[in-house]
Amino acid sequence: MTDQTASIAPPDRISALMRTREIVFSSPLVMIASLILVIVVLSAIFAPWVVPHDPVRLSPSVRLKPPTDEFWLGTDAFGRDLFSRIIYGGRISLVVGVAAAIFAVALGLLFGLLAGYIRWVDAVLMRAVDGLMAIPSILLAIAIVSLWGASLWTVLVAITIPEVPRVVRLVRSLVLSAREEPYVEAAIAAGTPTWLIMRRHLVPNTVAPLIIQGTYICASAILTEAILSFLGAGINPETPSWGNIMAEGRIYFQINPGIVLWPGLVVSVAILSINLLGDAVRDALDPRMAKRGIER
Amino acid sequence: MSLLEIKNLRIALNGDEDKQVVKGLDLSIEPGQTMCLVGESGSGKSLSALATMGLLPSVLKPIAGSIKLKGENLLEADAARMRSLRAVSMSMIFQEPMTALNPVARVGQQIEEVLEFHSDLSQSRRRTRVKEMMEAVHLPDVDKMYESFPHQLSGGQRQRIMIAMALVMRPQLLIADEPTTALDVTTQAQILSLIRELREDQGAAVLFITHDMGVVSEIADDVTVLKLGEVMETQSVDALLRHPRTDYTRALLRAVPSHVPRMARAAQSDNVVLSTNDLCKTYGGGGFFGKGREVKAAQDVSISITKGRTLGIVGESGSGKTTVARCIMRLIDPTSGTIMVGGTDIATMSQKELKPQRKNIQIVFQDPMRSLNPRIEVGQSIIEGPLNFGVSRDKAMARARELLELVGLPASAVDRFPHQFSGGQRQRIAIARALAMDPDVLVADEAVSALDVSVQAQVLDLLAELQERLGLGILFITHDLGVAAQICDDVLVMQHGRVVEYGPAAQVLGAPQQDYTKALIKAAPGRHWDFANFRPFSDAAE
Repeated sequence: MTDQTASIAPPDRISALMRTREIVFSSPLVMIASLILVIVVLSAIFAPWVVPHDPVRLSPSVRLKPPTDEFWLGTDAFGRDLFSRIIYGGRISLVVGVAAAIFAVALGLLFGLLAGYIRWVDAVLMRAVDGLMAIPSILLAIAIVSLWGASLWTVLVAITIPEVPRVVRLVRSLVLSAREEPYVEAAIAAGTPTWLIMRRHLVPNTVAPLIIQGTYICASAILTEAILSFLGAGINPETPSWGNIMAEGRIYFQINPGIVLWPGLVVSVAILSINLLGDAVRDALDPRMAKRGIER
Repeated sequence: MSLLEIKNLRIALNGDEDKQVVKGLDLSIEPGQTMCLVGESGSGKSLSALATMGLLPSVLKPIAGSIKLKGENLLEADAARMRSLRAVSMSMIFQEPMTALNPVARVGQQIEEVLEFHSDLSQSRRRTRVKEMMEAVHLPDVDKMYESFPHQLSGGQRQRIMIAMALVMRPQLLIADEPTTALDVTTQAQILSLIRELREDQGAAVLFITHDMGVVSEIADDVTVLKLGEVMETQSVDALLRHPRTDYTRALLRAVPSHVPRMARAAQSDNVVLSTNDLCKTYGGGGFFGKGREVKAAQDVSISITKGRTLGIVGESGSGKTTVARCIMRLIDPTSGTIMVGGTDIATMSQKELKPQRKNIQIVFQDPMRSLNPRIEVGQSIIEGPLNFGVSRDKAMARARELLELVGLPASAVDRFPHQFSGGQRQRIAIARALAMDPDVLVADEAVSALDVSVQAQVLDLLAELQERLGLGILFITHDLGVAAQICDDVLVMQHGRVVEYGPAAQVLGAPQQDYTKALIKAAPGRHWDFANFRPFSDAAE
């Protein structure tokens, strides 16, 4: 008796803006994380106007200075301003993080869709993925960089490739469960071509998990870039990146620990903020995870 | 004094007066009696039971009334007191015995655990008691069964374990929440008779929650009918079925499909729209190293449907009825046999050759919550098929509006999303989507099984009306003999992938030849009652 037609619930689409606001203001911690990220991103974009000194200009007269009014965080072994270098270093780190996330998600989505939907592709592709996952990602990255030489692009490739298998597995499992849905079978019965079924019925199911996965990849890529640079397998040492700065400062740690500590702190805080935001996005997109409090 | 007495129970979302989901339930059960709580989804019947057990989800709070078990108000009892009452004084069995049992513990130990917590028997005494109880619920080979894991048992056996677990402490009150809904009809009949038997042996009172009037007629002493949290009426079962006091109960009873086959209809034409010949589907086999285990999901199924007729395939779970439907739709590939749709054999066609044939045959699925893509407007879902066949978007959309009106929804519904509709409305949309292709054949795979009985009746009426108007051939897959009797011209009974009996509905359901068909019909709950006319069939015969 509840069926008859009169009562249909009114439309309730939530705009993307409202969604974003809801996520950012969901808790004070997330608000702080968002604020930190906004500051880091803006300072990286507007670095030339923000920094007080040229980050690559050598001035041997002021080597390894502690923080002063002129050099806010002190200087490194070549007398370069640490604060300016950290701001510029953020450019590299953020570009690497965001680009790695986008490339890994795009490639993972493509391969995951194929693997999830076409059986023979699945058999071949997933073995390759298994093989790739068997190699520790840092080793793989170092190998790729040493093969092709250090540059922003090779570092990006070296960081992206080890992240792809995880995305492929995620997408594949989502597709495997979504393709069993009756609405997908109804589309098959309606003669919808395979590519359209993927685009219309399967891809939308993967968007929310991929956004979440993307934030984690972004954070881990920033960290991996820093590690690679620290190990000397990263971007050219003269380009400031958070990892490079730490690597160079390591030898002078006892004289001026700030060279390692400050960039280290920035990396930690940035990654923590991205992960917090990722968690908040996940809670917003998948409320089952967040509101499971049982008070019995 | 009544064993269980519920007075003016009100349960509200977040304790908010205005969001009541149970609105003043009054109910009392005497020892040795069975009270059925009947209602459609959203009537609050399960919540009332959970409130009694003290198991309400934390967002729902009882805001008024009392639940008295032997005079003790359970709503005022603290958590420790409730724990000691559960299993000892009252216990509960649930709908889905697979999820209610721990999959990684042996079933015997799961029953024994109850004794461990609530009695001080020695281990050997506990084990004997468990085995006695397992025998009491008629489980075979108790010693072996004790050591089994849930997945090794059938659905009926699991439910027996649940019942044994619930009754091992001999509670005075047993709450059964749709305990047979997930079971096959023959298993259901066994479980119902088991509950009846145990009630008599142990003198327990039973609060039995169900949506199925057939089950009510089999097991109830008294019946309380709920609608959206409000009590419609409480009567003894005979009085309720013969003289329902409220319009709601009358409508509910009228909607129950009768088990008498419909009047035979004259064939409209001899134009065969769908036929299969020796259709087989075998899973497994042909492994890389030697031969794997083969499962014959469907064997030698031959059917034929003419224009405007309905063929029902009935059977229990695992009978292969859905396999046949999915083969005919070519959602899975048949192993052998032919499938003729409008004179073309589609059984061995490639997906590419198949595409032009797709429009002749369409399907409606069981679960209305999953059969529409939740992310796209229903209009887009409906026009998906026609667009694939080159119909222009405007034309297809205009047709979608017409179709929505045809299935009894407003044309404006094209812009809405699936979650804005109820289950029955969604099933109407799914039917509209199937019809958008102007098919000759409609396959309905348990298309009304997930719906409330009143909604089910409306959707069945809709299908019959559409069939008359459009001359559709319908292949109707169902486990419910009542539904089959109501709408099918011909009926095919399947068991373990084989065809048991196939013929006109009046013959198969009215005068079955095969033992299995007879057993199925005998097990159908409520087959003695002519619910729609408020009398047992035996009265009508006089």
